[in-house]
Amino acid sequence: MSKTTIVVGLDGSEAGARALAFAKNQANQIGDCTIAICYVIEWSPFTFQTPEENEQRHKRREEELKLAHERVLDPAVKDTEAAGHDVVGIVQHGDAADILDAVAKKHNASQIVVGRVGARGIKERVFGGVTGRLAASASVPVTIIP
Amino acid sequence: MNKLFGTGLVATALSLPTLAAAQDAVSLDQRVNDIFAGSTGWFVNLIFMNLPGTNFPWIVLWLVVAASIFTIYFGFIQLRAFGHAISLVRGDYSDPNDAGEVSHFQALTTALSGTVGLGNIAGVAVAVGIGGPGATFWMILAGLLGMASKFTECTLGVKYRNEYADGSVSGGPMYYMTKGFKERGIPGGAFLAVVFAIFTIGGALGGGNMFQANQAHAQITQITGDFSGLITGVIFAAVVFMVIVGGIKSIAQVTEKVVPFMGILYVLAALVILIVNADQIGWAFGQIFAGAFTGLGVAGGFVGALIQGFKRAAFSNEAGVGSAAIAHSAVRTKEPVTEGVVSLLEPFIDTVVICTMTALVITISGTLVMDPATGNFILNEAGTSIQTVDGVSGVALTSAAFATGFSWFPYVLALAVILFAFSTMISWSYYGLKAWTYLFGEGKTKELIFKLIFCFFIIVGAAANLGAVIDFSDAMIFAMAVVNITALYFLMPIVKREMNSYFARLKSGEIVKHGH
Repeated sequence: MSKTTIVVGLDGSEAGARALAFAKNQANQIGDCTIAICYVIEWSPFTFQTPEENEQRHKRREEELKLAHERVLDPAVKDTEAAGHDVVGIVQHGDAADILDAVAKKHNASQIVVGRVGARGIKERVFGGVTGRLAASASVPVTIIP
Repeated sequence: MNKLFGTGLVATALSLPTLAAAQDAVSLDQRVNDIFAGSTGWFVNLIFMNLPGTNFPWIVLWLVVAASIFTIYFGFIQLRAFGHAISLVRGDYSDPNDAGEVSHFQALTTALSGTVGLGNIAGVAVAVGIGGPGATFWMILAGLLGMASKFTECTLGVKYRNEYADGSVSGGPMYYMTKGFKERGIPGGAFLAVVFAIFTIGGALGGGNMFQANQAHAQITQITGDFSGLITGVIFAAVVFMVIVGGIKSIAQVTEKVVPFMGILYVLAALVILIVNADQIGWAFGQIFAGAFTGLGVAGGFVGALIQGFKRAAFSNEAGVGSAAIAHSAVRTKEPVTEGVVSLLEPFIDTVVICTMTALVITISGTLVMDPATGNFILNEAGTSIQTVDGVSGVALTSAAFATGFSWFPYVLALAVILFAFSTMISWSYYGLKAWTYLFGEGKTKELIFKLIFCFFIIVGAAANLGAVIDFSDAMIFAMAVVNITALYFLMPIVKREMNSYFARLKSGEIVKHGH
């Protein structure tokens, strides 16, 4: 177990990749530091579903997890490991801001690093994007990479 | 069947341009109705047969006795576990590692969207129209007792569902009848399952389909003026076809999202009307309590109020019917009891909250005609139900009652009825399909045949008149309850064991809340 952990939020975008690069850089400076790479599949337990969607839900979830691992998380974990870092990879369903903070708490992280995603759509304007909500609610310092 | 289907479509096409053809269509409505009433009458009579020497249908006693037995057997689980149910729905006990699976909230709302609908709007109006405000009292009591029936069947539904290699699940009374009976070494489970599946298909086509189409059409004509039910039927059938056969999920998803808001809007509108008439709420409850035991001179007196209340509650919340057990089986919980506990909220929300709102609004609105001298209600000429302003009944009565508060409400209600009808049809098409595939096996062609039959019956339902449809719907749904409750009696010790084990572990701290 390393002295400290940096949690990085990935979303498969350019900004996410920049966040990971920043975290690696930080980890190098710290020395003994684990990087927890986290990919969140946006999901809420409070939506309304048809019976058929419910029946298929478990199968869809497995597919979503598999895709997230294949396309985003596993390559990122592999690269980071190859660069000589201590890495933890996490894929979870839920609200990105909540989960990143929960992961940070669980790993006793010193900071969370996320890429900035521009505010898109009316929902994000009203309720704030993931980065905004994370910055407002996180229990550890949050670094937002432009 | 196909011939009739073809004629219906042609008649619909012709009725649009010319009046003469429209009259043809009306007579066709009548013909469809006659065939329908003629072919289902015997079954309806059997289910609603009175107990010898009384005018009390045996089926109503069957449901109430079952709900009471479950209530006592499980030690008033509906009261003891009510708080825990809310806690479960909030996700307090959900393991974060299971995030992404169907949540308790989703299972609850999916099951609710199959029950909240016309029963709450039209069914309550029928109950209050015939049985008077006193029917509300019995409806609430039946709702509270029904929570225990729902708990029993949903716990079993999850415990004995089938899980397939691809991760999908199939569950419901058919599965607990076969597997549960086998486990206890009782013969006859497979037979019960087949009978239940046949009735479920009937219920899906009746209450879950024709009744919905019929009342949706009635509500539309209320606003547009009279036109052939075949037109509404064909349009409804086409949209349902697009969803269940065409796989156009977006329509279903939009409905599933709009329906809860319609439900909330409905309750809010009722609340506003009640608040505006706050001075009459006491009087309305007085009517409900007095009417419950005296009948206040309505058709059938006290027994009439009781029968109507119990009947409508059962039809609305479906407790003991077994349909919810199918809907709840989709949740991948380690503890079947948690689904049972969550499901006991359904009769509460459906009957104790929403139905009571409707009944109170109808009572307060003054649409039921009263004799100012005696304080009793005046019966219509036939003496079968209470006379109403403009002679309206069913959903039209609810509409008229809400219109006394908001003149524009009939338009909102029309939209709500159409959406409720639609979402109930989608839910029941699923229940019916599960019963169908249980009987005939899974397979694309087999499923398609059922879905086509389902769409065809939408047209029949919209064209037939209220009486024949409502009787058949009730009969089929109650027939499901006859088989289901029989099975529940045999399997309730299993539920009790599960329940005791679960609550013991909850108490000992083995089952803990997960922080958020």
